Amino acid sequence: MCLAIPVRVEALLPDQMARVTLGGVSKRVSIALVEDVCVGDYVLLHVGYALTRLDPAEAELTLAMMHQAAVPGMPAMAGAIR
Amino acid sequence: MKYIDEYRDGTLARSIAATIAAEAAIDRRYRFMEFCGGHTHAISRYGLEDLLPANVTMVHGPGCPVCVLPVGRIDDAIRLAMRPEVTLCTYADLLRVPASGGTSLLKAKAAGADIRMITSPLDAVLMAEAEPAREVVFLAIGFETTTPSTALSIDLAHKKRLGNFSVFCNHVLTPPAIRAILDTAHLPPDERVQIDGFIGPAHVSTVIGTEPYRALCAQFAKPVVVAGFEPLDVLQAILMLVRQMNAGHYRVENQYIRAVTATGNRLAQSAMTEVFAMRDTFEWRGLGQLPHSALRLSDAFAAFDAERRFCVVPVAAADNPACECADVLRGLKKPADCKLFGTTCSPEAPMGSCMVSPEGACAAHWTYGRFRDRIPARAAA
Ligand code: SF4
Repeated sequence: MCLAIPVRVEALLPDQMARVTLGGVSKRVSIALVEDVCVGDYVLLHVGYALTRLDPAEAELTLAMMHQAAVPGMPAMAGAIR
Repeated sequence: MKYIDEYRDGTLARSIAATIAAEAAIDRRYRFMEFCGGHTHAISRYGLEDLLPANVTMVHGPGCPVCVLPVGRIDDAIRLAMRPEVTLCTYADLLRVPASGGTSLLKAKAAGADIRMITSPLDAVLMAEAEPAREVVFLAIGFETTTPSTALSIDLAHKKRLGNFSVFCNHVLTPPAIRAILDTAHLPPDERVQIDGFIGPAHVSTVIGTEPYRALCAQFAKPVVVAGFEPLDVLQAILMLVRQMNAGHYRVENQYIRAVTATGNRLAQSAMTEVFAMRDTFEWRGLGQLPHSALRLSDAFAAFDAERRFCVVPVAAADNPACECADVLRGLKKPADCKLFGTTCSPEAPMGSCMVSPEGACAAHWTYGRFRDRIPARAAA
């Protein structure tokens, strides 16, 4: 029950709600917990509420670091330590 | 799905595991606790332990809200649900948790109690609005991930002036539980779990940020790496922990930078502080009474507190003595160490809470890991 799933925001609705698609199914969810949500953003959805926005640049950076980690001896990229 | 599939690449996983094996010193042990049930689930489902060298081992932690809820609270919820005026709403995971005397919410439902499954607290608020003659009680449970949504639903019920909505609150906090696991100085040696570092929660940390772990890191001199729930996230976090240990560091690092910041989600934090207040103490299955480890409704929202509305008087209840959940939750035992595992206890007929939720260590091991038990442990590398 702790799982949250990345979903794409398809439309903004009144009362801090938004329409998202989840496995092809359209759903109404609350975006009251996340500031300035835009159509096209990906948010983590948990029990009907968006918890946070997923940051596309940080996601790319994470993948780049994973590819680096796949090469033994390569030091972790700056930015790994926050 | 975007943000999922790319973090499940098997080839990359094996390569990162090879790096872990190359960098872990052969004469050293690396024992890491994954706090969250979400990580436990990922580790079992993707067989990550099979990819790791023999001296890098994972210990399952207590981070599954269903697993740590003591039997007495389920008993209380069943008593609430048996009241004729009450409709009790809750998440599916809780329905099958064994309560005292062989009962469960599911059995109470079969016996006629009005218990309904919901997927969002919003559903409970709308139900209360649609059925003014019913007393709708939401059985709320969860760590900081789930608490903000409960807070907003209470706030909504308040704005709608719903007099027939209340919450039976079981929200618990992560940092006190990590402290309880690490603070073992007062325990006999055989009850001290041996951990060298932590994989910190993913979704909890989107709300609270990485900052709250800093004091724990410093106090107990253990590294913490906050990590996402996908298999590559977990492997990368393990590598980061190995590298910290090799360098003699104990810092808070953030692997899950696509969703977690140092300070967390301010809106979610303020929703929680508005609606909830700290309990002096709360009982955790496995960890016992922990001070300042759980939330209740604040006095301003007392009207929505089911415990006050229905004068819930907690009745102490003992766990099934044969169930080893308490030791499993503290990382002292593995699911297969329990005599009931797979014989009397299975997800179809759970004897303890760890077998109920998919994030529970026993359920994860039953679903994905039990076939590995037959294979003799890998020879030490
Ligand atoms: S196998 Fe069942 S009885 Fe044993 S510890 Fe796990 S949940 Fe409890």
